[in-house]
Amino acid sequence: MDISNLKRKLAILADAAKYDASCASSGTDRRTSRDGTALGSTEGMGICHAYAPDGRCISLLKILMTNFCVYDCAFCVNRVSSNVQRARFSPEEVVWLTTEFYRRNYIEGLFLSSGIIRSPDYTMEHIVRIARLLRHDHRFRGYIHLKTIPDAAPELIEEAGLLADRISINVELPTDRSVRRYAPEKDAAVIRKSMAGVKLTQQDYADPTFRGRKRGRFAPAGQSTQMIVGADGANDRTILGTSVRLYSAYALRRVYYSAFSPIPDCSAALPLIKPPLQREHRLYQADWLLRYYGFELDEIAPADDAGMLDLEIDPKLAWALAHRGRFPVDINRADRATLLRVPGFGARTVGRIIASRAHGTLRYDDLRRMGARLGQARPFVVTPDWRPSALIDRADLRARTAATPRQMELF
Amino acid sequence: MTFCVRLPRIGTFNAWRDVARQLARAGVPAGDVDWGIAGEPTGLFDDALPDGAGALSVPGAFVDLAAALIPERSGEGMAIAYALLLRLQGSRRLLGNRADRLVARAWQIGKTTRRDIHKMKAFVRFRELPSETARRRFAAWFEPCHRIEEPAATFFADRFGDMDWLIQTPEITILFEEGRLRLSAERNTRPAIDDDIEQLWKTYYAHIFNPARLKVKAMQAEMPKKYWRNLPEAVLIPELIASADLRATEMRQTLPSQAPPRAARILDRLHAPNQKRTPPAGRRR
Repeated sequence: MDISNLKRKLAILADAAKYDASCASSGTDRRTSRDGTALGSTEGMGICHAYAPDGRCISLLKILMTNFCVYDCAFCVNRVSSNVQRARFSPEEVVWLTTEFYRRNYIEGLFLSSGIIRSPDYTMEHIVRIARLLRHDHRFRGYIHLKTIPDAAPELIEEAGLLADRISINVELPTDRSVRRYAPEKDAAVIRKSMAGVKLTQQDYADPTFRGRKRGRFAPAGQSTQMIVGADGANDRTILGTSVRLYSAYALRRVYYSAFSPIPDCSAALPLIKPPLQREHRLYQADWLLRYYGFELDEIAPADDAGMLDLEIDPKLAWALAHRGRFPVDINRADRATLLRVPGFGARTVGRIIASRAHGTLRYDDLRRMGARLGQARPFVVTPDWRPSALIDRADLRARTAATPRQMELF
Repeated sequence: MTFCVRLPRIGTFNAWRDVARQLARAGVPAGDVDWGIAGEPTGLFDDALPDGAGALSVPGAFVDLAAALIPERSGEGMAIAYALLLRLQGSRRLLGNRADRLVARAWQIGKTTRRDIHKMKAFVRFRELPSETARRRFAAWFEPCHRIEEPAATFFADRFGDMDWLIQTPEITILFEEGRLRLSAERNTRPAIDDDIEQLWKTYYAHIFNPARLKVKAMQAEMPKKYWRNLPEAVLIPELIASADLRATEMRQTLPSQAPPRAARILDRLHAPNQKRTPPAGRRR
């Protein structure tokens, strides 16, 4: 391998890939290469092999096959109208980089995406070819995440899913209108159709054949998608509403929110902003509350005209402050659903509280040992040795719990 | 009576389990046992292990918890595991009670050693050595906080099954050759090995970083500085942090440029009715 040429391409094609937020390598089947005939393993939990100074985990080699692209999406660094440097990896180069990095324990596997060249099918064929080389010729048992192209032939997406642990298709923007405006060559309906196709194929493979055999594993770590936040005018209510629909309609494992981030050589159609990182963080918190804490969209998403989550306090605390009548909660009596709604309690803490209650009455200090964040939980709980004095006025209570100052979105 | 138990550095967990069973059957209270690793100084009073009879029973969760407690370096983990073993005989469901101080402390120590194992899986960096067989050879150096080499070793054997490799820590050598895993206790020092591929990895690390999203604290929470000296990419961190703001500001201040001429041609073709999907002219592969 020509290392200096490869280094040049790697620089370009990693730069081109870094705006995709996902680097997860969790939730797939367990595999090993202990038999000595192959390379790689996967466990239930993925491993972050490094962290970049942006605080993001580096788990996979996240690159584009090529950043040549015939589409002109305004938010994208690789759009056809951009003057960024272009490069293209050969399939052998991607395979070589993946396995050499893997052998040195830098990565869990490959996350391969690509600009659209020639046609969706042509591009998808090449992505699938790389995965096939890795799995079959190089007997690679590590993690593979493939980004699929919405317009590509279903057979190609099916083969991608049989080779990969996870496949994903980005919805890109929260509304169809924004997709038409900022990604004119993409079609939100086609993207959804493709996600529906993946879900059906997944179900199809999960069913045994009439002889009771499994026909193979189709994307065992499921499918995910990404939405860019802050590029269009969509508010948090709209974004979360889209997420709720995506989770329920297409059985997605994850919706990633990616704060619209400055790119080199921006488009005139979309001026750059400071990435709304705090907003992105609140959306992830809200997403978690919807999926694991029993909250409904209407409870979390603000009903006012702005429809934006509070940047200063997390959405669970905001809900609790607006529903003080439900508090304080008696730690020794409340059911799981009620405990999950206490600010400062995570799902694990709640599990520990419930298991420990069987042994005796819990006191205030016990909560700390169970992992509760008492700075937040304090005004909302009752134990035999702790009772909050009447819930204080809103401004004061907010001030006691809000730690992060508001982040400026525009500058 | 004081029993001074010194366990071997390799096979520690199994040895702990055998001794703990024996002591527990004899009804030796937790406070009468001083746990440690062979080679550590013993006290003045050291009685021969007593014989005892009787059945012990523990829930499955205890075995996992004990396995996470034994590698803890100060010896507190081994002592707590024994104290829990005794108390579990009276209350089988004890481990679910996080309000119990000993139980809470045990889970806390278990979390620390599990994290140490996880970080070893994450931060070991192999460098290639010359090989005389068909199997490629690699070596790594790692400095764990606790005595976790044994529980961590199987991960590497499962993952790197088709190569020979060696991981050295200051106290242990883990060797995997022809599919056989062997551990030996020996003093090691940090070897000096070069690997050309590291420059590619550093290129990747520098370019996957987004300077517009600098979050140094978040990075250090997961990748504390104590690991940096054994991570080849970490030498880049200070410069990436120092230049981040300027790079982000430059991106925002640069005005949109003229699209390259080929862009219009490609988009015309793409938007044309009855488009034929042929490669755009002028584009090289």
